[in-house]
Amino acid sequence: MSNTVTTQILAFISGRYPQVEITETDNIFQIGFVNSLFAMELVMFIEKTFSVTVPNDELRIENFHSAQSMTELVERLTPATVGV
Amino acid sequence: MTAAPILLAPDDPFADQVLDRASARAFAAEHIAPYGNDFERAGRIPESVLERMSAAGLWAPFLPTEVGGAGLSMVTLGEIHEEVGRACSSVRSLLTVHTMLSWALQRWGTAEQRDRWSSDLAAGRVLGAFCLTEPEAGSDAAGIRTTAEPTGDGFLLNGGKKWITNGQRADLYLVFARFGSSIAAFLVPRRTPGVRVTPIRDIMGTRGSMLAELTFSDVQLGREALLGPSGFTAGMVLTGTLDLGRYSVASGSVGIIQACLDACADYTSRRKVGGAALKDLQLIQAKVSDMVTDARAARLLVAEAGRLKDAGESATIMATWIAKYFASTAAARHASEAVQIHGANGMGSDYPVARYYRDAKVMEIIEGSNEIQRITIAAEAYREMRTT
Repeated sequence: MSNTVTTQILAFISGRYPQVEITETDNIFQIGFVNSLFAMELVMFIEKTFSVTVPNDELRIENFHSAQSMTELVERLTPATVGV
Repeated sequence: MTAAPILLAPDDPFADQVLDRASARAFAAEHIAPYGNDFERAGRIPESVLERMSAAGLWAPFLPTEVGGAGLSMVTLGEIHEEVGRACSSVRSLLTVHTMLSWALQRWGTAEQRDRWSSDLAAGRVLGAFCLTEPEAGSDAAGIRTTAEPTGDGFLLNGGKKWITNGQRADLYLVFARFGSSIAAFLVPRRTPGVRVTPIRDIMGTRGSMLAELTFSDVQLGREALLGPSGFTAGMVLTGTLDLGRYSVASGSVGIIQACLDACADYTSRRKVGGAALKDLQLIQAKVSDMVTDARAARLLVAEAGRLKDAGESATIMATWIAKYFASTAAARHASEAVQIHGANGMGSDYPVARYYRDAKVMEIIEGSNEIQRITIAAEAYREMRTT
């Protein structure tokens, strides 16, 4: 699942910022991507695409640093019965 | 001012429920539109009308049925706000800010916060208001000066807000304040000690929306007042809440265009010049045809934004910016033309078009001025451009 999740997250970011190439470990905050608008879009994308709800206590900056950290967030929020 | 009397109690099962465009149109035509100019003159919406809106389930019908909402889609909510905005922008403005608070609570609130407030908000027993703008900070949300300082068991709120729609009447305020290095949202009941409400009168448009200036002087709030996350993600609460407010304003702006069209079609059919009806003049036909076209285009943009919201698609945020920009500028343009078509009659209070003109101007300013919107829309265009 991880590769698929990471790939979709990277595709979303690339779709929003096609002029920049990023890897799964790049810190998108350091690249200068993130404002509150994009943060909201990211949360909506993650919730919609992976059928999860991001609770308030998971809305921490470290969970959105990179595609990798967002993948780990999705895996934490995904019910085990779905199969991770 | 004489509003239609309430014949049904708020919990009467036979109350005229508003659940879609048709029922919203019927409700607005009977209980709001005939009194729009009266509301404006009085500078407020009568309690009898607010109660009737509660009986109709009009305040927050998108909330889940478990808390007394109707679980309506965002597309339907937009259609309802259009129909109410078609009748009276002041009333629709009250719905807008109530919607913003209710949605923010549903999206970001804890279970305890939702238990405390949601059913009252759905029923209209508690009316909400959105409090961001300050005397020195409007579109520049980062410039707000109201502060929330942590105390041992909660927060201490100090500062002030201005141009708060329904600030005079609302029972619960959603207040944005500086909190550490970021901002955060707080639920502040109106009756909290230290909250002072000063009505704002003699405004240009939405004169019935009961605007107020709020002052917070050492307002003690408990921990339960903090809504949603603080720190980095607090901006999302504001972004999401403003997005929904913008959607409501866009919907209401479509209603203004439609109202202008309704008024002009009626007036030009009856008014004669040189023995011929105004509607037979090609210059009039040109103006009316532009109203028809823009009403339809704006309605489609709002519907697109609503569909994306219902689907949980992040693209809804930009779609809503575009819908609000298009609909509000078109509303201002057509309201001006509506006054023009009515001639001297358009300047007075015997017709509604002067009210539409004043109200439409407000739509270009609130929930993000159109200048800010154009910057954001253009930035999106450049962001999506591929560099070679």
